[in-house]
Amino acid sequence: MKNDVSVEVESSAIAVRQRAHGLIAKSPHEMVRDLFDRIENLPNIKQVRPTDTGLIMVRGKVGGDGARFNLGELPLTRAALRIDGGQVGIGYVAGRNSDHAELAALADAMVQSETWGGVLEEKVLVPLADAVRDKKTENGRKAAATKVDFFTMVRTRKEK
Amino acid sequence: MTAALSLQDIQPGFADPVYDAQRIFRRLMDAMARPGRIVDIDADIVPPVPGLEGLSAIALTLLDFETPVYLPRGEIGEALSGWLRFHCGCPVTTDPQEAVFAILSVTELLPISAFNSGDPKYPDRSTTLLLACPALEGGKHVSLTGPGIKEAAHIAPSGIPDSFWNEVMGDRSQFQLGVDIIMGTSNAVIGLPRTTRINEES
Repeated sequence: MKNDVSVEVESSAIAVRQRAHGLIAKSPHEMVRDLFDRIENLPNIKQVRPTDTGLIMVRGKVGGDGARFNLGELPLTRAALRIDGGQVGIGYVAGRNSDHAELAALADAMVQSETWGGVLEEKVLVPLADAVRDKKTENGRKAAATKVDFFTMVRTRKEK
Repeated sequence: MTAALSLQDIQPGFADPVYDAQRIFRRLMDAMARPGRIVDIDADIVPPVPGLEGLSAIALTLLDFETPVYLPRGEIGEALSGWLRFHCGCPVTTDPQEAVFAILSVTELLPISAFNSGDPKYPDRSTTLLLACPALEGGKHVSLTGPGIKEAAHIAPSGIPDSFWNEVMGDRSQFQLGVDIIMGTSNAVIGLPRTTRINEES
């Protein structure tokens, strides 16, 4: 049995990897590639499994419960690689861009490494998080501009 | 058995999964079509267990998410378990009856009757045994007859327990049910499909 502390440490390590993974998977490939290109001396990588593309069935539940239904198929690319320190990273991204998946795997490996975690955070994750937040604000602003205020549509009485 | 996979120790599998698997599959077909012939398997992989190159390559070729594999609890089983789950996505079982494949070394052998010999309606649903031997020569001599063999073939894999051949003969008596066997070393295999009859040589 694991004690509570080790479970907590493990789950926070998972949360750190999930955040890195989420940011890279949701960001456009060109942006991620560009940020990685700005890092000097990236770790050497060795593939554990050749990067490949397949189809997954995306399933959904109406309202988050009820019976699961098949929503549709999604092309998915996965990569698994090992960096210098021995950390293994895996990456899954939607689409067929193998470089994107490999960058996601590289980030997953780097985030687990004490040597590379800081560099990755500073050069890649923070800019991506900013971009994701800006995009969300921008979308919110655009949506807000189209908001129709129904309270203005009160019928005004014609004065006699 | 469904514990989270530790990725840190996972070694790579085939460098080129499609062509490597096709190459190995072709050799395996030769081995099964000509029972008793020693067929070279140039595995070209680094297996999780040294000396298991041939059978590991066969496992990578044949296993997928629909083929539960039986692995013994020992050292070989533990080392293979994570590697096979990662590369093949196959379920790992400790119940030999539900296994479609079983990977064993001769020192960890179970009685052959412990494995699934198929259903009379679906005899193809039996277990296929991948048996790691120290060598395919130098052991007790047995002769083989049956389809794919002109007159008789002679093999002498080493390290096989004495009871094994009796068990195989017993298994063959329930044809068309039965367990198919592939014996392998690091670079060669012998196929013993259930159609092959075994005769011990004095």
